[in-house]
Amino acid sequence: MDTLNTLLLGFISIVLINNLVLTKFLGICPFLGVSGRIDMAFGMGMAVTFVVTLSGILTWMIDHFLLKPYDLQVMQYVCFILVIAGAVQLVEMYVRKFFPPLYESFGIFLPLITTNCAILGLCLFINLWEINSLIEAAVLSIGAGVGFTMAICIMAGIRENLNLVDVPKCLRGAPITLITAGLLTMAFMGFSGMIK
Amino acid sequence: MSQTATPALGPTFTAGLWKENPVLRLLLGMCPTLAVTAALKPAITMGGCVIFVLICSNIVVSLMRNLLKPHLRILMFTLTIATFVTIADLILKAFVPDMSAALGPYVPLIIVNCIIICRAEACASKNGLVVSVVDAIGMGLGFTLTLSVLASIREILSTGKLLEVSVMPSGFVPWAAMGMPVGAFITLGLILGLVNIITKKAS
Repeated sequence: MDTLNTLLLGFISIVLINNLVLTKFLGICPFLGVSGRIDMAFGMGMAVTFVVTLSGILTWMIDHFLLKPYDLQVMQYVCFILVIAGAVQLVEMYVRKFFPPLYESFGIFLPLITTNCAILGLCLFINLWEINSLIEAAVLSIGAGVGFTMAICIMAGIRENLNLVDVPKCLRGAPITLITAGLLTMAFMGFSGMIK
Repeated sequence: MSQTATPALGPTFTAGLWKENPVLRLLLGMCPTLAVTAALKPAITMGGCVIFVLICSNIVVSLMRNLLKPHLRILMFTLTIATFVTIADLILKAFVPDMSAALGPYVPLIIVNCIIICRAEACASKNGLVVSVVDAIGMGLGFTLTLSVLASIREILSTGKLLEVSVMPSGFVPWAAMGMPVGAFITLGLILGLVNIITKKAS
């Protein structure tokens, strides 16, 4: 029961309170780049969720079973980025084989998941928070993906409506998106008192 | 290939400062821009790390540009960058441990900073050593200056101080929100808007 409680709290905290995009500024590039339409945003969120889950679990295992016992933590970053690049390659091949239309519409953004800070960021945070059980690491990884998907979908919804609004000329495009994101983080700050 | 059209060094250097400023004009490297600019000191440290990594990776990429296979090049770039980021991280941990703790995971996150991969791809893999180094210095300085401006605004408004020195009049009430994520997003949004106005006036 106790473990279940910890896992649930961990999940909620990474989705809402420590949302990677809105409080840790990770994954801002796709957040600004892909969030024009809801369906694209959702597809991107799903791809990121998959990659982040896979790489979160793999990097935790590599870190605990290989790097720490042999005192090789200097190699940490190089290993992490290799795992992520491999996972992205896997997703790319899978999507190209089974969902060709989706592959077409993603274009360059699919390989760019490799350089999505949210993924490397989560692997580093798992390491930094000293998560000691594989299940907890897995739950955090999935939660990070869900949080990313949620943030990018909310943003896409707002931006679809933003197209109909008369924004001052100099603020059109990226500036107004950033200001909107700022207001969104303010809303998410309301969650911060939820878990002590 | 580099001998046929070597870009002039002066324009290459100044391009990074304003015309192709990585943050303000190309919207690259947004994560560190937003994350480490709550105060000036971490922002400058971050800028220094990025300059170091950018110069080293541009040198290496430029030297091995004729050996690269197209489908493996991004992987090679990333591995080169990861190596130098590890070096920068160890140097920070050894000499300025408090700064290293304050920056936390954002130092290793330089690996996935789009600016560095973008410069490796757009400049270093096509140009000779000298041009690549000059380009790296220009881009790195442009990035650091932008970070410093953003960090100064946020630090002054959120604490009334700049680098621990009070600069605001005594009756000033600090705006706590400027130190939080909200302040980062909105300040950067407004700065980008301002840059849009300036470029429109100039053209």
